[in-house]
Amino acid sequence: MSTQEREEGRQIRCLIAKVGLDGHDRGAHVISRAFRDAGFEVIYSGLHRAPDEIVQAAVQEDVDVLGISILSGAHNTLVPKIVEGLKEYDAFEDTLILVGGIIPDDDRDEMLEMGVGAVFGPGTPMEETIEFVRENVHDRE
Amino acid sequence: MTATGTESALVGDLLDGKHRALARVITKIENRSPGYRDIVSALHTHTGTADVIGITGSPGAGKSTLVDKLARTYRDRGETVGVIAVDPSSPYTGGAVLGDRIRMASNVGDMDVFFRSMSARGTLGGLSTATSDAVKALDAFGKDKVIIETVGAGQNEVDIVKTADTVCVLVQPGSGDDVQMLKAGILEIGDVFVVNKADMDGAERTVAELEEMIHMRENPAAGLNTGHHGPVDDEEMEQVALDDPDEEAWDPRVVETVATDATGVDDLIDTLDEHAAWLSETGRIDDRARTRYAEEIRQLIRADTARLLEEVIDARGGIDALADDVLSKETDPYSVADELVGPVRECVDEELER
Repeated sequence: MSTQEREEGRQIRCLIAKVGLDGHDRGAHVISRAFRDAGFEVIYSGLHRAPDEIVQAAVQEDVDVLGISILSGAHNTLVPKIVEGLKEYDAFEDTLILVGGIIPDDDRDEMLEMGVGAVFGPGTPMEETIEFVRENVHDRE
Repeated sequence: MTATGTESALVGDLLDGKHRALARVITKIENRSPGYRDIVSALHTHTGTADVIGITGSPGAGKSTLVDKLARTYRDRGETVGVIAVDPSSPYTGGAVLGDRIRMASNVGDMDVFFRSMSARGTLGGLSTATSDAVKALDAFGKDKVIIETVGAGQNEVDIVKTADTVCVLVQPGSGDDVQMLKAGILEIGDVFVVNKADMDGAERTVAELEEMIHMRENPAAGLNTGHHGPVDDEEMEQVALDDPDEEAWDPRVVETVATDATGVDDLIDTLDEHAAWLSETGRIDDRARTRYAEEIRQLIRADTARLLEEVIDARGGIDALADDVLSKETDPYSVADELVGPVRECVDEELER
């Protein structure tokens, strides 16, 4: 990619968010780095963020992709709050939401119905996630 | 230039105070999306009310933490804040990890602090144009204070002068060598020097070194009265000092802070306010704005002509083909440049003759 191309045109921006009380962020770090190497701009939230903070960051940073990492099992509480918050700021339609971590199969469909683009469990190859982002990132005017 | 359609709706929403619109405008500015110029043009008349503060310094000096505490303190004083934090981008993939937001812990949930992470996106021109246009968006949105945090030390820092009204240079204690090194660089652009981590050993010495450096700049004879050369009478020293023709000149300040617990942040804000007051009292604020706009016009023209010439290059079969011709000694770089710029030069000559 030439400098010219990089300066002009769309750059995929991602927020990698650790929400709730679990302190395991190895996965979030690995994905941040992989996204960076894929040429994305990655904003990492840091640990123990509340849903409100994630919404604030996603809106202000105008990210194309919001990757939520949850390993605590609290996804059924936390993810809906984030989705609601994004809707409040008219940011839901434009944001591709991904959830990564330990999500039981029974909860997956619920997540997807809620508006989550995909749920990636442990062992998902990095290329698969990156490819998914490239193909599914929402069009913007 | 006037905005049309979606652009004007977006500008309207931004001026109405919609965060989403502000965020989207900055994205368009960063991406150089079609229509971004119309947007920035439309915003121009709404700018000019914000104090723009630049924060620079070496990596790890505590810029992000200080910015967080500054924003918090401004908020406590009832002012709204916009922050643009620039981090480097990878020269290989164009990707970036933007980590300054992590430090913004004091302003969580406060939407009146609008924090935006920005990648440097290469270094050729893009940074300062995108950053200064984003500042305009925050200014037009109605932010009282706009804080720009630069990438860690390097050449970019000098660009901050072109964008900020007040430049704050962070220095770490115990970095005597750094101070030496910085003398020729960013120490020349500081309106306020902040010795952060002032609870660390060596802070006093760093403060003293900075003070000395500032006074050397103002009065080269200062510090010479060491007694080695016999008594120098005070009047003579004063005379040297009075030779400075610019009595209104700003005397750079040195402020000590401990950003992690907000010690000294009130002092710093008072100093920044003093500088802002000085800028408007002396009329320097307009001088700076004039210089900034002149630079901006130049930069835009440079970028626009460069783009035009890129088209010419493409029309001649692309830069690789041209390079191949040079490689095979069919021609040389100067001749190629002359040939490509020739038609442009003819147009200019014609224009000037008119």
